[in-house]
Amino acid sequence: MSRQSNRTSDSKKMNSELFTLTYGALVTQLCKDYENDEEVNKQLDKMGYNIGVRLIEDFLARSSVGRCHDFRETADVIAKVAFKMYLGVTPSVTNWSPAGDEFSLILESNPLVDFVELPDNHNNLVYSSLLCGVLRGSLEMVQMAVDVRFAQDTLRGDNVTEIRMKFIKRIEENLPAGDE
Amino acid sequence: MAIFSVYVVNKAGGLIYQYDNHVPRTEVEKTFSFPLDLVLKIHDEKVVVSFGQRDGIRVGHAVLSINGVDVNGKNTSEGKEILEYLKDPANYPVSIKFGRARLSSNEKLMLASMFHSLFAIGSQLSPEVGSSGIEMLETDAFKLHCFQTLTGIKFIVLADPRQTGIDALLRKIYEIYSDFALKNPFYSLEMPIRCELFDQNLKGSLEVAEKAATFGPVS
Repeated sequence: MSRQSNRTSDSKKMNSELFTLTYGALVTQLCKDYENDEEVNKQLDKMGYNIGVRLIEDFLARSSVGRCHDFRETADVIAKVAFKMYLGVTPSVTNWSPAGDEFSLILESNPLVDFVELPDNHNNLVYSSLLCGVLRGSLEMVQMAVDVRFAQDTLRGDNVTEIRMKFIKRIEENLPAGDE
Repeated sequence: MAIFSVYVVNKAGGLIYQYDNHVPRTEVEKTFSFPLDLVLKIHDEKVVVSFGQRDGIRVGHAVLSINGVDVNGKNTSEGKEILEYLKDPANYPVSIKFGRARLSSNEKLMLASMFHSLFAIGSQLSPEVGSSGIEMLETDAFKLHCFQTLTGIKFIVLADPRQTGIDALLRKIYEIYSDFALKNPFYSLEMPIRCELFDQNLKGSLEVAEKAATFGPVS
């Protein structure tokens, strides 16, 4: 099982199992270091944020996606282009709130959690918190403040993985010239 | 046909990277005897020619070195004032190099911030809503191309007016930035870029762009 890495120009393939193992090693080490699930979730989210603020430039440089004009467009781009480019999966966008500011990404499969089982003593651990941070960080760099959390998690017994994204506000400081 | 320089400006308008690829330097070194037939004056901490042109030395050229030793502002490298030095007949014959003054890094920083503001003004002047900022600035000696990413980083390339393929080059520089600067975990965002690999790959892509253009227009 191997997935295309993000170098579409050189089409290098990387073994996705190595990726899963690496992420697993990261989470278990964090658990040993912090011993508190909430703290681990926070750290994973922070690390994800740092990845997100850098990943967005790579994404914009490689895809020719322009600025999204509303949250629905953003959701489509995230699901169909970004997730496909980086994780090789295409989640579906559903459960739009009536105000159009909240939606869910339903992932049938999550490459981070292949072969993973959560033991009983880590009931509060949100294993894929990194993804929340990544989404939050990247959108912040394109002037959108969002709240991202896991609504359902296959590791906690649900059928699918559901990420709920809520639009909070447009970040008006430091707007690039020409976007008002 | 050449690409003269590349500037990268961060969100706040600060210069984070600058590279001079090929700046045409007109430098003339001549030996003079007393008295000097050029009129010199001090301007902006440099000694420049204010009157008297000859042999390639033009008005506005600055004194770059005396007797082979680079000058330091308006003093020689030993700290003596240049104008005083040149008034003393005992110091002649003297060999002086004149040329267009190089921009100091502080001046480049200032120019980059000014361009950042002008860029914003460009989009505000627009009669249409939602205009981009300045994309190209054209003079008879060079063309300045600017590309602003959705995250506010600006990539600026100064090139020969006949040079083609700069749009593709700007996108390539963005890719190189996202690879070699951002993926370097030790590089902090918005800070000056000091990454070897970024420099190397940037130089490589400038060479490719220059070569490709000599065979005809590139998309």
